[in-house]
Amino acid sequence: MADMAAPALEVSQVTMDFGGLRAVERVDLVVRPRETVALIGPNGAGKTTLFNCITGIYSPTQGRIQLTAADGRVMALKGLKPNQVTECGIARTFQNIRLFQNMTVLENVMIGRHCRLRSGIFSAILRTSAMRREEAQVVKESYRLLQRFGLARHVNEFAKNLPYGAQRRLEIARAMATEPSVLLLDEPAAGMNAQETQELVTMINQLKASEGLAILLIEHDMRLVMQLSDRIYVMDYGKLIARGTPQEISRDPAVIKAYLGEEEQ
Amino acid sequence: MINIGEIKKSLLSALWFMLLTFPIMVIRVNTIDHTIQWRWERLVWVGGAVFILSFAWRYLLRRRQASARQTVMDIQTRGLVSHLLQRPREIFQTPSVRRPAMGLALVFLLALPLIFSWNRTILMTNVLIYVVLGLGLNIVVGLAGLLNLGYAAFFAVGAYSYALLNHHFGLGFWTVLPIGAGLGALFGILLALPVLRLRGDYLAIVTLGFGEIIRLMLENWNDFSFGPSGIDNIAPPGLFGLSLTLQQTHTFIYYLMIALTTLTVVVVRRLENSRVGRAWVALREDEIACQAMGIDKTKAKLSAFALGSTWAGTAGVVFAAKQKFINPYSFTIWESIMILCIVVLGGMGSIPGVMIGGLIMVLLPELLKEYADYRWLLFGAILVLMMVFRPGGIISDVRKAYAFEAEEEEPHHG
Repeated sequence: MADMAAPALEVSQVTMDFGGLRAVERVDLVVRPRETVALIGPNGAGKTTLFNCITGIYSPTQGRIQLTAADGRVMALKGLKPNQVTECGIARTFQNIRLFQNMTVLENVMIGRHCRLRSGIFSAILRTSAMRREEAQVVKESYRLLQRFGLARHVNEFAKNLPYGAQRRLEIARAMATEPSVLLLDEPAAGMNAQETQELVTMINQLKASEGLAILLIEHDMRLVMQLSDRIYVMDYGKLIARGTPQEISRDPAVIKAYLGEEEQ
Repeated sequence: MINIGEIKKSLLSALWFMLLTFPIMVIRVNTIDHTIQWRWERLVWVGGAVFILSFAWRYLLRRRQASARQTVMDIQTRGLVSHLLQRPREIFQTPSVRRPAMGLALVFLLALPLIFSWNRTILMTNVLIYVVLGLGLNIVVGLAGLLNLGYAAFFAVGAYSYALLNHHFGLGFWTVLPIGAGLGALFGILLALPVLRLRGDYLAIVTLGFGEIIRLMLENWNDFSFGPSGIDNIAPPGLFGLSLTLQQTHTFIYYLMIALTTLTVVVVRRLENSRVGRAWVALREDEIACQAMGIDKTKAKLSAFALGSTWAGTAGVVFAAKQKFINPYSFTIWESIMILCIVVLGGMGSIPGVMIGGLIMVLLPELLKEYADYRWLLFGAILVLMMVFRPGGIISDVRKAYAFEAEEEEPHHG
């Protein structure tokens, strides 16, 4: 049972203040390996802010964020820079697609490999054999990843020229290139049609099965959330108002109130 | 293509310009005879010229928009039109055309001092110095997307390091060349450290200020830099202790610059398709996503600034050796802007683009010497036209395409 496993990502009592505004208040959240957890809530509830706290874009005012790698190493993420967080093993996608528009699809994925590679300026200038080997390796790995995500035929195209659904897939492929143990998806299905959403569900399930990946996702598409997630956290006004299985959440009076207002359903 | 609306708009602009320029173009007051001369024929000229220009402008703009729409439509099914547009580049990229063309260009460059006069050789040396400067700035502006308006300062660092070390300690050209490069890199890092957090306009202003600080320092710190009078009698580069005539020295410097340019091109080419170069481009494209992909933004910015200014330092040393005399007026803000123009005009991030940009920006004023007064006006006009019709520069940046065997069947998704 998933609940028994040690948490991959553990967020405890995280608070984020912007001046006088408390965007996130004492949030506790746990994601275990091979688990898909959804974070839902009305617009402005603080979901993306929490993502930014976890990934190091913001440094939380209070609280603790801890990552346990597959090999058992425990890392405190609070106060790390975003690139260090990524190195620890957290990858993310963005609510508004943030691909490197004027780079090719392959290069986008190769950038994802950046933090796992070592060659520097001098080895690049001298084209040392180690550097050439590393380059050949990264090209091969990145191409494989593109094949897995059904993007191989776009390999040399600029990212900006991809159709919308493919751009979303590329963002996930790029995140996977960093070899994460926890994947954060910020509204992965936004703007997708029904078929694309269904493909996304299949893809996320495959990722979960094959990599032992822990997935935390923010999403507004309730059908997708109910289909995908093992557990759901609900936020409103910066606080967690409910947590539980999809069935429990769909019946929770606090959630219904947050989404639909005071009236009885 | 031609419709009444367009003609009407052009006609209106023509009338507007005729009205605006009427007082200065038409009326001429003769203060001696106390008469007014009406030069109506000039009004006709202004009207006609503006009408034609405006019409051509609109036509080109419309064509550009149409082609942009075309590429959007043809993302997946590449149409005939966009295919034809791609042709010149593809033709040049086939090895059977590319290699002989490049070889021919190289032979021409090598034979240049033998064919043309001495002055032409010096002019070409200038072109090459600016090409190296452009390629260096291209790392910072074109690849890493960090707008640097004080680039001439690093050029000055290189030039003054040779001039001063030669003047005080009698150090030779070949000793100072690496020192100048190193000092360039050091000053690049010194500038980069305080501006790590800045982007875009703010970065541009700080780098502009930095460039001015260096120039003012050179101009006013007489004990150190000999102030506005500059430094004279800088030793030319030595060639195995041979004594060369002035003319031979210039030919030698020319070949030296060819070697240096080649080195720069090779290094920049290798860098731009390496792990470090990709990190720079990612930084340019999206700073937040770049960090989220595990790239250390600080390191990327520092390395871009350092490597960019290394080339300025190196070029500065050669410049000092070539001029034999330097003073602060060679390193003004206009110099920085000129180098930036080379990069923008040629094509940001594109090596052949920067080379062509350098060629144009140095040779054009030389060819149009009679119109020297209009030089900046002309540059301004060219830049405006470029930004409207070809924002990517003469040769826009292409990213490396990787070839894969088509054997693997794409696993169908879903």
